[in-house]
Order: sequence, then C-alpha cells, then structure tokens
Amino acid sequence: MTSASASAPSASAPAAAVPSSAPPALEARGLTIGYDRVPIFENLDLTIAQGEVTTLIGANGCGKSTLLKAFGRLLPPTEGSVSLEGVPVRSMSAKAVAKRLAILPQKPLTPSATTVRDLVSRGRHPHQSLFRPWTAEDSRITDAALAATGIAELADRDAGELSGGQLQRAWIALVLAQEAPIILLDEPTTFLDLSHQLDVLRLVRSINRERGATVVMVLHDLTLAGRYSDRLVVVGGGRVIADGSPWEVLTPEVLREAFALEAQVIADPATGTPLIVPAADIVS
Amino acid sequence: MIDRRLWRGRVVIVTLACLVAAVLVGLIGIVVGSSSLTIPDVVVTLFGGGTGSQELVVFELRMPRVLGGLLVGAALGLAGALTQTFARNPLATPDILGVTSGAALGAVAAIVLGGGSYAVGAGLLSLGLPVVAALGAIGTAVIVYGLAWRGGVDSYRLILIGIGATAALMGVTNYLIARAQITEAQAASQWLVGSLSGISWASVWPVLIALVVLVPVALLQSSRLDLGLLGDEMATGLGMAVQRHKLLVIACAVLLTAAAVSASGPIEFVAFVAPQIALRLAGSGRPPLVASALMGALIVAGGDAFARAVLPDETPVGIVTAVIGAPYLIWLLTRRKHRESLT
Repeated sequence: MTSASASAPSASAPAAAVPSSAPPALEARGLTIGYDRVPIFENLDLTIAQGEVTTLIGANGCGKSTLLKAFGRLLPPTEGSVSLEGVPVRSMSAKAVAKRLAILPQKPLTPSATTVRDLVSRGRHPHQSLFRPWTAEDSRITDAALAATGIAELADRDAGELSGGQLQRAWIALVLAQEAPIILLDEPTTFLDLSHQLDVLRLVRSINRERGATVVMVLHDLTLAGRYSDRLVVVGGGRVIADGSPWEVLTPEVLREAFALEAQVIADPATGTPLIVPAADIVS
Repeated sequence: MIDRRLWRGRVVIVTLACLVAAVLVGLIGIVVGSSSLTIPDVVVTLFGGGTGSQELVVFELRMPRVLGGLLVGAALGLAGALTQTFARNPLATPDILGVTSGAALGAVAAIVLGGGSYAVGAGLLSLGLPVVAALGAIGTAVIVYGLAWRGGVDSYRLILIGIGATAALMGVTNYLIARAQITEAQAASQWLVGSLSGISWASVWPVLIALVVLVPVALLQSSRLDLGLLGDEMATGLGMAVQRHKLLVIACAVLLTAAAVSASGPIEFVAFVAPQIALRLAGSGRPPLVASALMGALIVAGGDAFARAVLPDETPVGIVTAVIGAPYLIWLLTRRKHRESLT
C-alpha cells in the first residue's frame, strides 16, 4: 500500500542520488519571458537539478507562475531557451516533451459527466497514438495512480462531485499517470484548508522520494515551502533574489526584500525547518 | 487515436438508435406526398426490384431531397458538435461564428446583384449560387479566425468576433434585399429561410463528399476534444498541439457548414440543437460526434417530411426547425442547473 502519509517530511533527507554526469532536469538560459511583449524576466538563467523538490516563492505578481509556465512550455519565451534533460524543448515534439515533463496548471477545467478514472486516464495521452491505442498497461497505470493518491474508492464517482481536496488529488493522479520524471505544480495547495494542504504536500514529497521524480512547484505558504522543499528559489523584481536550501533562503533580509515583510525565522519545533513568525503590529 | 471512451455503452446505443431512426425517417420521407408508394415498395425499389415509374419517383424525385436532407442535417449536426466542444459553449455554433451569415451574404449578393446591371453580380451568378455561398462562408471564417488570432486562438474571443461579423454581414445582406427588385428580394428571402425544395443530385454530391472526407478527420480528433475540455494549458501539458487541433476542428466545422448551407440555404438551429439533444441522450461529457451528426440528419429529414405531410404550401424545413429549435433553446436555458458546465 502506498499512502500519502507513508513518508514523513524531513528537511535533511537527501535528494535521490543522481550521477554527476546527468544533465539538469530543466535549464533556462538567457530567458526573456512576459505577456504582450512586456517582459517579466529578462536574460534569466536558472537550473533545476534532477531528483530535487524545488519551490518557487515570491510576492503576488512577482512572476513565479510565469516562470513555471515557461519551464512547462505553456508560455513560449521571447528570447533564450529552456532545455529539458539537456535537449532544447523547442526542438522536441509536443508528445516527446509530455513523456518527460508533466505540468498541473493552476486552474484546470473539470469536464462534466466524467468519472474520476476517466479523468485520470487522460494522463496516458502522450503514450498513445493511432497505432498504439489504449492497452491493459494503461489501465494498470491509471489504477496505480488512483491508489497512490488515495482516491481509488472514488474512481467511479463523477469528477464534478468531488471536494476541493479530493479533486486536487485527482489532478495529481492524472499527472502521475503521465509517468513523466519531471513534475511541475502551479500552486497545488491553493483553496485547500491547512490539513488538505499538508495532505497534498506529503503526497508530493512521497512522489519525489519513492519515484525519484523531480518536482518544481509554486507555493504561497513560506513555512510549508521550507518544510517540503530541498531548494527554494525566491523571485521578485524580474530576477532571482535568493536561491538555496530553506535555511539559506528564508532569512529576515530576504523576506524584507521579496515580500516587504518584517519577520523572524525560528526553527519549527516539529521538523526543525524554518518557521516564519511575522513581527507583531506596532500599536501607536 | 481510437479512444476507449468512444466505445462507452450508452453512447453506442444512442448512436445506433439515431441511425435506425434516421433510416426510418428517410424511408418515410420517400413515401410522404405520394399516393401510390408504400415503405415496402420503396425498400424493394432501392434494392433494384421496382417498376420503371417507381424508380423514377424514388431515385429522381424523392431521393435527392431525402438524402440531401439527411446529409445536410448530418453535416450541420457534426459541425455544431465540433464547435460547441472546442469552445466549451453550447452557443458556439457555426451560425454564431459568422459562417452562415457569410454564406447568406454570398448567396443574396449573387441573387440580387446577378439580376441587375452590376458586372460583379453577373460574375458571381456565373459561379453558381452554391459555390458563391460556400466562398462566402469560408471567406468569413478565414477573416474571423484571422481577427481572433493573437499568437493563438482563444475561443471566447473567436465567439465575440463571430457575433460582430454576423451582425455586420446581416446588415449588408438586409441592405441588398431592401434595395433589390421585388422578385429578386423574394428569391433571396426564400433562400435565407433554408429549404430542401430546390435540391437536386448536383447539390447532394458536394455535401456527401464533404462528409466522406471530413467525418474521419473529425473522429481522429476525438480524444483531443476530450483533452481540450481540461483547458488549453492542461492539454498542452499532456502533449497536445492545441493550436493545430483547433485549426483542424474549425476547418472541419466550417467546410461542413459551407457544404450544407450551399445545398439548402441556412437551416436554423440544427447545428445548435442536434448536438445538445445527442449529448443529453448519451449522458456524455461532450456532444458525441456520430450521434450528433445522425441527430442532425434526423431533425432535417424529419422536419422536411413533417412539413410536406402535415403543413400546407410546401413550408420550408428551415421554418420547421426554427419553430421547434427556438423553444428548445429557451427550455434549455430555463432548466439549466445552477452549475451545469458549458458543454
């Protein structure tokens, strides 16, 4: 039984061993991206190592989701390039990318009159073609993804009837069924209560630990980001403000610069990871 | 890709039921209006065992009209299913996207200007009315698609631009009718209602060819239509070339509509209603393609048979479908559940 809670979160657990000769999972070089020719990032370099959980954090509107979309080829760069395991994404076919890289956007649309199993089975699309239709292997992988996310018993329910937390698990199951070694998650915990946020992040952690998947995600909660990530990248003002382990990055100075937030950082009594404590309001 | 979801039981049953019903309506359509023919006579004649006069009535007089009705309806039903699915909106029919009004302007211009002293009109009419209508439809679609393009097509913008184009084209069409001679204005109005009375083998063939070519193209997009329902970003993430898929789906829908409208004039509401009825019967996540086409065939051929058998004075089928379709639209909107999705 694979269960989301099986792997306890731990900041000190090492990333899955990767041969040093392996190319980075993702590499942006000289990247300029933005909307309607207004650049949000210019000439940005950023490398994502294989087997790590990397979390992009930053203030609202800083462009962290934009950066994730650029890595996930949802937003073509104006200049520069993104490489996937050493190969320029632009030179790869849409399906070839989808076999190596899965992305869960912020607001996927839930189709009507569709069972959870049907929804999750769509993750198999990159592995199918006119000459390779649906097989028993696809069914097995779909069922395994449902089990791994703890929603096997919901498989025949209509996806529209699920609660927010269940639906988010279904989307993650879809991404798992895609069987890509690199997974991008855009704010996977938004609109969930704290307990369901923890559920999702434990699940993400177990996908990383047990499958060796590289995970890049965008999170808002800094303490949770510190607890469940190997590496944090703070973006703001069109550049990377800080980049490193949670303890290296989550400092009062960085918080002040990136979020205009006065806070102290203490060790989380539960995990020893950084805990952000905003300063008390000054009562005048 | 053949998708296993395509083979879901209920969709298959609904599709087969629609097929049987369409064949029956076709047979009834051949019999209606004749004093001597019975359905067994028609079946015998179709398989080559009829008398000379039965063959004349069945093959030369009735078949073009009935087969034309079935094919026009199928083309409209499939076109509607494609555009409604791709736009995730039941209101996104080829009519809304400006295709039908483009065909209407072409046809009316040919009728009105062709009769007068305008050199351009004579040129238009020499092309033949169906060809001019098809060119109007395709030309409008290209312009609307081009205007909606901003590094990719967003279906919401496509619908809004289509509505704008429809209004502009209708304005020009009405202007042409208003200043035309009375006989030409009458001919134009009759064409605009949509009717199968003028249909012949020559106008049936293009619709048949369009269906034979485009049905497989549409069916091959089936699993991508399912992915598209998850949103453009999710579909891209799953390895789908979203913009190429949209272009293919729209091209299919536009060509099917152009072929149908050229043969019969615009038959109102079929492209809107047929996929929605098929969707509700099949209980699927989007309008099933084949069942939508068959439902369209059923509605047009059935509406025409009904008009000929029951209604006086050769009532055009376009009036029957509009009179049935508009109340259906209103009923659909009033009974919509609080959060029913837009497919």
